[in-house]
Amino acid sequence: MQVPASFEYERATSVDHALALLERHGPEARLLAGGHSLLPMMKLRLARPETLIDINDLTDLDYIRLDGGHIAIGAMTRHAALLDSALLQEHYPIFADAERVIADPIVRNRGTLGGSLCQADPSEDLSAVGAALRAQAVIRSSGATETVDLRSFHRGPYETAVGDAQMLVEVRVPIRPGAGSAYEKVDRRAGDWAIAAAGAFVQLDGDVVSDVGIGLTAVGAPHFTSEEAESLLRGQPATPEHFAAAAATCRHACNPQSDQRGPVDYKRHLVGVLVERALTRAARRARGETA
Amino acid sequence: MKVTMAVNDQEATSEVEPRLLLVHFLRDVLGLTGTHWGCDTSNCGACVVWLDGIPVKSCTTLAAMADGHAVRTVEDLDAGGSLDPVQEGFMQEHGLQCGFCTPGVMMTARWLLDRVPDPDEATIREAISGNLCRCTGYENIVRAIRWAAEHGRTEEMTA
Repeated sequence: MQVPASFEYERATSVDHALALLERHGPEARLLAGGHSLLPMMKLRLARPETLIDINDLTDLDYIRLDGGHIAIGAMTRHAALLDSALLQEHYPIFADAERVIADPIVRNRGTLGGSLCQADPSEDLSAVGAALRAQAVIRSSGATETVDLRSFHRGPYETAVGDAQMLVEVRVPIRPGAGSAYEKVDRRAGDWAIAAAGAFVQLDGDVVSDVGIGLTAVGAPHFTSEEAESLLRGQPATPEHFAAAAATCRHACNPQSDQRGPVDYKRHLVGVLVERALTRAARRARGETA
Repeated sequence: MKVTMAVNDQEATSEVEPRLLLVHFLRDVLGLTGTHWGCDTSNCGACVVWLDGIPVKSCTTLAAMADGHAVRTVEDLDAGGSLDPVQEGFMQEHGLQCGFCTPGVMMTARWLLDRVPDPDEATIREAISGNLCRCTGYENIVRAIRWAAEHGRTEEMTA
């Protein structure tokens, strides 16, 4: 039987209350969102917090809405809501692409955006989506609110920019009119962690790529991206040749580890294939073609 | 800590350790052993119950998280005195072999049919993709859910 080690349980009634509880219980306290990353880690004793602060009552952090030139997504938004959101589908179908292959529908009913990002697993899908879209994370403490680029949100495996007595409250994605986006993942079986995955948005000015974002996960890409590949493609015609060149750059930029999901060469190869596919599909969507 | 929740519309209160998982609370504290305890890793779905009308994996939910909330288990499916069409469908179409995954699949299926009364096969397979059957019985499970869709009573389920 897998059961977590003992801990103290608190339930927060507001963001301020959660922050106060984090301050009171110190660095060995953890926020408990959907629990689908943290509780399994606790069962395996890979995580052993002294206190869990349940934030599932913070329904005011469960939203997907337009906010000026951004889409603002609350940290307690469940995967299922990200998958079903018409607003996200309209502006960034990359979210639905990714969500469809994250775990399974029952897990998606419970797991949250904030929980996934804060778990900071190096193979996490939404981290690649956020990196591709150059999204921002809004982090609150009792006295201050700061905004961090999602590309520098991860400080290492299972470490984030969220410090002691702070919490991630929102993710902000800039709206890019006319942009297309897509996510491509290869896993060993439905709902598993990625062997490799790539996300992209492409914005076109006629046939020229006016802006592009690339996200990579599970393959050790610094900051979940390759800015070199983005620079290479920006300002170039949106052709298969240029997409292939950007994909080749990504292949070199990543640093995958050999493990039970596959050897290094295979993962590098996948990166090239998946980046090319993601760019191609994103460009098709930008042109208004069904993809 | 003390937890109080509505389980199948009946209030249940108990003193529990915060680390007690909902699946063990239901089975060991309340004796509701219809909910099965399977993989322990939120993969297999044998432990699916509804929390506030939404299916969750109760091996990855603390009993403490259900404090003050409503839980529905497989024992409630025939609460009206007759079998739920999903249960009937599993009988008619031989939807179970060993039966271990069945409670979880049925709770997922009931939820699907409440939202999508006439699902096609692909929709059913996607919906139950978080429920693993190791007897390789998916063909009959899908037929059982289709049977329920075709013979379903139109009723308002708690949502």
